[in-house]
Amino acid sequence: MSEGTLYDAVWDEHTVTTLPTGQTQLFVGLHLIHEVTSPQAFGMLQERDIDVAYPELTHATVDHIVPTGDRSRPFGNDAAERMMEELEDNVREAGIEFDDPTTGDQGIVHVIGPEQGITTPGKTIVCGDSHTATHGAFGAVAFGIGTSQIRDVLATQCIAMEKQKVRRIEVEGELGPGVEAKDVILEIIRRLGTDGGVGYVYEYGGEAIENLGMEGRMSICNMSIEGGARAGYVNPDETTYEWLAETDAYADDPEKFERHKEYWESIKTDDDAEYDDVVTIDGSELEPVVTWGTTPGQGIGITDPIPDPEEMESGDADVARRAQDHMRVEPGETMAGYEIDVAFLGSCTNARLPDLRAAARVVEGREVADDVRAFVVPGSQRVKAAAEEEGLDQIFTEAGFDWRDAGCSMCLGMNDDQLEGDEACASSSNRNFIGRQGSKDGRTVLMNPRMVAAAAVTGEVTDVRDLKEVNLA
Amino acid sequence: MSDLADGPAETVEEVTGTGIPIRGNDIDTDQIIPARFMKVVTFDGLGEYAFFDQRFDDEDNEKDHPFNEDRYQSANVLVVNSNFGCGSSREHAPQALMRWGIDAIIGESFAEIFAGNCLALGIPTLTADHESINALQQWVDDHPDEDLHVDIVREVVEYDDTEMSANVDKAQHKALVEGVWDTTALMEANADATRDVAESLPYVESESLPRTETDD
Ligand code: SF4
Repeated sequence: MSEGTLYDAVWDEHTVTTLPTGQTQLFVGLHLIHEVTSPQAFGMLQERDIDVAYPELTHATVDHIVPTGDRSRPFGNDAAERMMEELEDNVREAGIEFDDPTTGDQGIVHVIGPEQGITTPGKTIVCGDSHTATHGAFGAVAFGIGTSQIRDVLATQCIAMEKQKVRRIEVEGELGPGVEAKDVILEIIRRLGTDGGVGYVYEYGGEAIENLGMEGRMSICNMSIEGGARAGYVNPDETTYEWLAETDAYADDPEKFERHKEYWESIKTDDDAEYDDVVTIDGSELEPVVTWGTTPGQGIGITDPIPDPEEMESGDADVARRAQDHMRVEPGETMAGYEIDVAFLGSCTNARLPDLRAAARVVEGREVADDVRAFVVPGSQRVKAAAEEEGLDQIFTEAGFDWRDAGCSMCLGMNDDQLEGDEACASSSNRNFIGRQGSKDGRTVLMNPRMVAAAAVTGEVTDVRDLKEVNLA
Repeated sequence: MSDLADGPAETVEEVTGTGIPIRGNDIDTDQIIPARFMKVVTFDGLGEYAFFDQRFDDEDNEKDHPFNEDRYQSANVLVVNSNFGCGSSREHAPQALMRWGIDAIIGESFAEIFAGNCLALGIPTLTADHESINALQQWVDDHPDEDLHVDIVREVVEYDDTEMSANVDKAQHKALVEGVWDTTALMEANADATRDVAESLPYVESESLPRTETDD
């Protein structure tokens, strides 16, 4: 068992007791909720006549079903309107803070927590959403939960859990130009497999991780679940503290900042910590990674050939064959040149300000290719406003992108933003599962935001490093 | 304190019934229940959407899929391969399976959140090695009308003359066999200890703590 890691420290600090099941009852420092997975939990609570125990440690937003175009009420889609109303009723009755779209603070749940400073080091954070690991970028222990567990948390502010093992993933060296956090995590999943992290929490570290800003760290922690790990984190450091000092929670209260910082420092992984497993990756060897298949583990460097199912183990080979059939790709070829119909720049993986900036630098002075639908969905209303302040919206719209409002959008196609028929999409999101983007014949190629921009302007999967006059700094 | 803390939930020691195989690794929650069917505020009626896109084409015509086959319509034990239920945390996935009729799942491995969601519904998720699962899937294929017996207490699956050992995670075993899978009730009983932990955490402001009876 691991010892002396941040995970161990946070686990100990939050342990209430051991339950008769042998599981630990763990206190939850922050519970984030959204419209899709919470209504049934509130329903169960009402059935049992229980009140929300710690409403002030719960925070709500609306993201999955919210339209990114016309957001006037009632929403155009009745089912979406119904879910929104249900959430509004639930948070009002319970006294839970809700960042609805009229506040200017609405956005994808994993974008708004960090930007408001409610995501902090050493907190246990849960949300009925598997990408909750995103918050681990701040040194929080954060993981997705199911609806019955949401009920548990609403009722008790606790969760029943077994302790996981800890795997240190050390990413050494410096990332090359055009290689981003997204490529690092796609590579990790490719190497360790989509179930490689089952039973583990991932601790990401090493030079390449330390050099990343908070947004890059979030992109990495975000996709821990795609590698099977329910949580992933980075130890907090000066980069973390600088970010936090400027958030709503601390900007006006340096005294509180100092007080909390003492705690943040106390939960970091010790120098002589022990892990259950250690994996080392040389970051300097990486190139932009794109997926060729229908699981996030089916990725490949942009200049590498698509693997041959004949050379895989039987279970993987079947999955790969079906994936290649669906994607219409051939082993031996590279993904470069794969034609796309849609370019989607959005999601909780890659729709923060630096992502949009980097993509805008690629798009600047170019035009979206003929017959390509391209759109940008900022991760939050604040990201959107900040991008507009810098004129990024101009760059995108002049190039032919649609500039939208914040939400999950085509990451999972629960609103009107969906693939149609067998459209192929260059996507900065995190899942390429069949049907994920709203059409069961749709084809998703995951990649970093600059690569999405490059695909949008060329109409095909393109190595952004080959585009002329692009500033990759 | 609510009434649910009064007694334990029901126990799940065994499941008996006919089987249904779903083959393939990495079957994700978007396949089990496509997101567009999640625009609902209750779980009622989700059963008919289980594996929807695998079962129906664009014109809603039935495709080849075990969930469509007559011979499996009364099955309640699902047999799957590895990393089943990966992807999202949506409890809609096990809810859809449960409402379709599934009471137990046996597979090579499960995604953690999915297995946890199953447990919260009292659905056991047992694991066995690749060969055993293949053999069981084949047997179910050949004997769609014959019962298999899932024994959670002894961690075995019995079918035909075979007794296949199957692993049940320790906490899951205890929860199901002793009927303590209603974690809300268990944890509500520790409200005072919870409050103590909350108070000890530097980031929890005292205004955020629930009022105790003595506050009044
Ligand atoms: S952006 Fe996508 S992955 Fe992120 S919370 Fe929304 S649906 Fe989930």
